[in-house]
Amino acid sequence: MTESRLRTFIAYVEDLPGVLNRVTSLFRRRSYNIESLAVGRTHEQGVSRMTIVMEADDDAARRIEANLYKLVNVLRVEDTTLRPTVARELALIKVRADSASRPSVMQVCEVFRARVIDVGPEALICEITGTADKIDGLLDVLMPFGVVEMVRTGAVAMVRSADVKGREGDVSQERPGARDAA
Amino acid sequence: MSDPANRMLTGAQILWEALHREGVEVVFGYPGGAIMPAYDALLESPVKHVLVRHEQGASHMADGYARASGKVGVCVATSGPGATNLVTGIATAMLDSIPMVCITGQVSSKVIGSDAFQETDITGVTLPITKHNYLVTEVDQIAPTIREAFYIARTGRPGPVLVDITKDAQQAKTEVDWSDAPVRLPGYRPEHRARATDLEAAAAMINGAKRPVILAGHGIVKAEASALLGRFVEKTGIPVASTLLGLGGFPASHVLALGMMGMHGEAWVNQAIQEADLLVALGMRFDDRVTGNLETYAVNAKKIHCELDPAEINKNVRVDLALVGDVKDTLTSLLALVAKTDRHGWLDRIGSLKGDSAVRDIQQMPHQDRLFAAHVLHDLWRITEGKALVVSDVGQHQMWEAQYYKHDYPRKLITSGGLGTMGFALPAAIGARFAMPDEEIWVVVGDGGFQMTACELSTAAQEGIKLNIAIINNGYLGMVRQWQQFFYDGRYSATPLRSPDFVKLAEAHGLTGLRVTKREEVEGAVALARATPGVVVIDFRVEQEDSVYPMVPAGADLHDMIRRPSPLVETAADE
Repeated sequence: MTESRLRTFIAYVEDLPGVLNRVTSLFRRRSYNIESLAVGRTHEQGVSRMTIVMEADDDAARRIEANLYKLVNVLRVEDTTLRPTVARELALIKVRADSASRPSVMQVCEVFRARVIDVGPEALICEITGTADKIDGLLDVLMPFGVVEMVRTGAVAMVRSADVKGREGDVSQERPGARDAA
Repeated sequence: MSDPANRMLTGAQILWEALHREGVEVVFGYPGGAIMPAYDALLESPVKHVLVRHEQGASHMADGYARASGKVGVCVATSGPGATNLVTGIATAMLDSIPMVCITGQVSSKVIGSDAFQETDITGVTLPITKHNYLVTEVDQIAPTIREAFYIARTGRPGPVLVDITKDAQQAKTEVDWSDAPVRLPGYRPEHRARATDLEAAAAMINGAKRPVILAGHGIVKAEASALLGRFVEKTGIPVASTLLGLGGFPASHVLALGMMGMHGEAWVNQAIQEADLLVALGMRFDDRVTGNLETYAVNAKKIHCELDPAEINKNVRVDLALVGDVKDTLTSLLALVAKTDRHGWLDRIGSLKGDSAVRDIQQMPHQDRLFAAHVLHDLWRITEGKALVVSDVGQHQMWEAQYYKHDYPRKLITSGGLGTMGFALPAAIGARFAMPDEEIWVVVGDGGFQMTACELSTAAQEGIKLNIAIINNGYLGMVRQWQQFFYDGRYSATPLRSPDFVKLAEAHGLTGLRVTKREEVEGAVALARATPGVVVIDFRVEQEDSVYPMVPAGADLHDMIRRPSPLVETAADE
């Protein structure tokens, strides 16, 4: 058994009703705990992309991949954990900021390269994009001012540009049996 | 060219035509509001329909049909309660990887989501217990969806597929293109093939092993690989242990057949597995009922896992080598690579492990004026020359059947292994009858399980089919009673069971009922049942508090078995 660690999977799925439910149902049924999950369209018609972050050891990771492949609507799965990857998350944070504290809050935002996108008399909303660590860092500093609410997207990830192996052609055109998970 | 209007079909007509084109000869079902258009069109279809008494029976019948024939079984139900009643049968098929297509009616697409009368989100309900499922709301999707459903159900690791069709889609009309274009499922990859280098490595492990054991599972039966396994065993000389669902995949009468492994496996089989230096697992998934405590399971053995489903690899037992692919392909490749080997020392060792098992065996015990279930199963095996198709239910009788009815042929034992569904046997046997019209079929069932689906006696009577039903009646929910005796200080909570007079119950259905209370009567009753047309129910009044031995307690080490007390301890007298 290898050590458990945070893993990132990218799953390309058919853009059909209920597919997200199938994926999350699989994780629930097999007792895999999702850290974050982000879903959106891709540049290919009819293909959606999920970025799934979860804790797993090597064996569990391989089985997660194999189980995802068993879902008829899942086109391709990549475990990007050990590959050079860029991962980003977006957060919107509403923080208390009156006329007295606003300059300090805005200064903090600037240091973290967060953008202030809305300002009211008693609070403002800042938007930050970055790794989970960076967002956690900003949150720590903003906490003393009073965080009113926050929303995070969960990570989206992509293998770095230098590594284009296996990315030629559309995922939706892959031949059955072309890829063995074992 | 005919008038295009004439080529327009309703969704209901398309459904039956699509099923017919998939080779479906019989479906098992029950009508209701949301599936009425389909039932109306059924009258013009060549497909035979068997009316069940409860939809659970329909799903078990489709399952039994599939297990007996290797073809896809089909059941039909209406929306809401009709669909939810299928659920136990679908879960049973899922756990045992049985190819099945379930058709359910759904309320009209316009009212879906409004909690309409008899509306249930059955695709949601069955999501985790189907291989795949569909909600069809458009008439032009019916034909392609049925094709996909059959393709998915029977290819790769088989499983149940549910197709939920709204009432308005059944009623709407369209023109269908019945072209045979291949099914396009870009995300579906049913086929895998083991790598050549891995096959060579496996062969080297097999050739080098001193104490190897083959673990033969359901995959051997489903891949039609029995004959091939026979040749593989002849060449390698490796003894074969079977899982419950693997029984018959390798002939029990073969000199290298060890018998069943696991919780109620023979003691020497489990001991041989624990002493082995190599396990060759063929189409089995290391279920907890097979392994016992994983920490101590076959610790000295290297393990080769030949399995079609990549998700099964290293799930329960860590293996040294995985050969992912159809077990038939894998065995074919391996056969060419393995060497003929003399394994005398190992086989002698296994022979000595059998030790005093024979004297402990209940077959050697006196039987005057008493009736042991094991005697019933043994005699049934002897009288039918081991050639009957036996459909067993779940519980003690299921284990005795597995121990004492020696199966030499594949697809001759049908039983619910993974889910352990009581009430499975009678409807599954009815389904099997439609797959095997000429076969001798015996239902072996407990008094508890029989009463769960006994209503299907009426279905069998209406269809006029021949079935023999052996009720192993001990007046208890016997397996639970046994656990209570062993693990709960003999506190019999909710296990004593009062049953109706099964002879009269049979007669009430216009069927034949017999009762047997002594071993001397077994042979005559079995002979009479075989000679009597229609369904014959035999109420075997067996020892009430007998237990299945050996037994590996749940989670215990595989070699840590509870053995039958010897000499035989007196059990409660017959009533």
